[in-house]
Amino acid sequence: MKHRLKLIMYLAVAVLFALSSPVFAQIEEIAADTLLEEVLVDPPPKPVVLSGKDLPNDNGHALGLKFEVPDGDVSAISGFEVYRAEYPDGEYVLRGKLPNDVFEYSDRGNRDEDELDYFPNNTDFFYKVVAVGTEGLTTMSDIAGPYRAKAQWLHLGKIPVLVAVLLFTAFTIYFIVAAKRGKDLYVRPIAGIQAVDEAIGRATEMGKPILYVLGLGAASDIATIASFTILSRVAKKVAEYQTKLIVPCYEAIVMTVAQEVVKAAYMEAGKPDHYDEDMVFFITNSQFAYVAGVNGIMVREQPATNFYLGVFHAESLILAETGASTGAIQISGTDQVAQIPFFVVACDYTLIGEELYAASAYLGKEPVLLGSLKAEDWAKAIVMVLLVIGAITSVLGWDVLIEMLRVKL
Amino acid sequence: MNARKMASYIVLAVIVIAFVISVALKGFLVTIGAFLTLFIFSFLYKDNPYYKFAEHLFVGVSAAYWMCMGFWGTMVPNLFGKLYPPVVGPVLPALKDDPVQLHMVIPLVLGILLLMRLSSKAGWISRWALAFIVGTTAGLNLVRYLRSDFIQQINNTVFSLYVNNASGFDLGATLSNVIVFGGVICGLIYFFFSKEHKGAFGAGARTGITVLMITFGASFGYTVMARISLLVGRMQFLFGDWLGMIR
Repeated sequence: MKHRLKLIMYLAVAVLFALSSPVFAQIEEIAADTLLEEVLVDPPPKPVVLSGKDLPNDNGHALGLKFEVPDGDVSAISGFEVYRAEYPDGEYVLRGKLPNDVFEYSDRGNRDEDELDYFPNNTDFFYKVVAVGTEGLTTMSDIAGPYRAKAQWLHLGKIPVLVAVLLFTAFTIYFIVAAKRGKDLYVRPIAGIQAVDEAIGRATEMGKPILYVLGLGAASDIATIASFTILSRVAKKVAEYQTKLIVPCYEAIVMTVAQEVVKAAYMEAGKPDHYDEDMVFFITNSQFAYVAGVNGIMVREQPATNFYLGVFHAESLILAETGASTGAIQISGTDQVAQIPFFVVACDYTLIGEELYAASAYLGKEPVLLGSLKAEDWAKAIVMVLLVIGAITSVLGWDVLIEMLRVKL
Repeated sequence: MNARKMASYIVLAVIVIAFVISVALKGFLVTIGAFLTLFIFSFLYKDNPYYKFAEHLFVGVSAAYWMCMGFWGTMVPNLFGKLYPPVVGPVLPALKDDPVQLHMVIPLVLGILLLMRLSSKAGWISRWALAFIVGTTAGLNLVRYLRSDFIQQINNTVFSLYVNNASGFDLGATLSNVIVFGGVICGLIYFFFSKEHKGAFGAGARTGITVLMITFGASFGYTVMARISLLVGRMQFLFGDWLGMIR
């Protein structure tokens, strides 16, 4: 019995071996084929570094590397790796990875010596480009360099901006000088501004205060600066008529400047004693809390005239709508394009965009402001001429003008 | 006691009872938020003591909040932390080992000059700081605006008035370009202040303001839609977070 069992076991082993031998043979065959294939896989082609140049129009700390692959065949390449060292035989550090169809690399670093990625100017660097094959094999280019990063004094891509600044400055100086010499510089009437005196007179007749909102802008915003000039004119009239003026401010520095402006206007009107510092006051730096505060003033003080001149955002309609509900005459103006529609629908007069700047010149009648306004008009005339020339040249298929005006950042 | 006063007391009692029930059911913070929202909405009816309460609370809290933010977010890291880093170590440990930046003395001096306004005799000195702040920023903005609003605008408006595509003349694109080009030119004419708007120039200006008004109309509708979403947000808070009617 025992022998039989042993025999059966031997037979079973023999049968299994016999059955499995073709499988083993097949596995061996596949393995051999794979080995043969691996042996036949070529390494990716060797990249060749063509150039390494300082990137233009910057403060240095950056180099541009160009390379190529012989015959442009990248089928066996999955990507490239760019390495950099300070010496040809130094330690090469990986700077970046590129896909297989990009043959340019901008090596940018930090200008701060304390930063990890510090990239010094005027220092030699050496580069290697490694082609990574689809099968994982790699090929390294020859060492290229030395290359240096340098800072430039002039950003040539911004020449159009320089020309525009110089041209605009020249116009401004010319017209300011002309205005100072007494040349009559005509500014067309602006409806909203002509209504200022009428609005102040109305408030005086009704014995109600005038509310002047400078908006949410900083003191250095152009619209806020223009608003200061109009505030000066309004405050002077208010001082003459002895009407009450309320100027709630959103920003502390705006409040400080507004106080100076109103104080100077009262002195100019010969009524320094009537100036009260509390007529210009700070509310809060939070947008909607400021609106809530100004709305409260509107419904409680019931001003006869509301001015909204400056930078406004989402609060424009809330302010203008509340003002309209109190029956006040409202004059608004802002350079925030998205807010102008709200002022147009809810206010009696609206100064659209640049009209706000023009209004300050129109009211101020100062040579500096009038000269600037004239310069702006000339700039607009140049824009119109350029647009017409651009349209004609584009129809003819010339892109010269577009190229001339392109600002490269 | 007249009827008006009586009604006021009844309203106050209802609000107090509702507030207490809400606190018990929904918690303090949600209730405070909901009641302040309702107080602000009450302005739609007319000015009232509840709106005044919410308004003053909002103004006071926000002013205090921004003052603290200004001190801890600006003065401490940007002034004290740069002039004498160890002093901010206990609150901002990351800055305590930074090098001293002595040029930050300039803003410190400008800030002190601004505060001279508080003095009746030396108040005029603050004008120097103001002039510096306003002048510098306006000068920097000039270059920025010239690039984005002047050169870039011209660049984007210089296009062909006759457009061809792969299949030949493209009427739609040509018409679109002509309208944009004409609109820009007429808009510029409207903003020309050195010449009275009469004759052909006046016609150009009138076309310009018409184009502007059409643009403003579109912008109005678009922005109102965005504002409606703010209202929806408040409604979701009231009916969802507070009353639990929206899930």
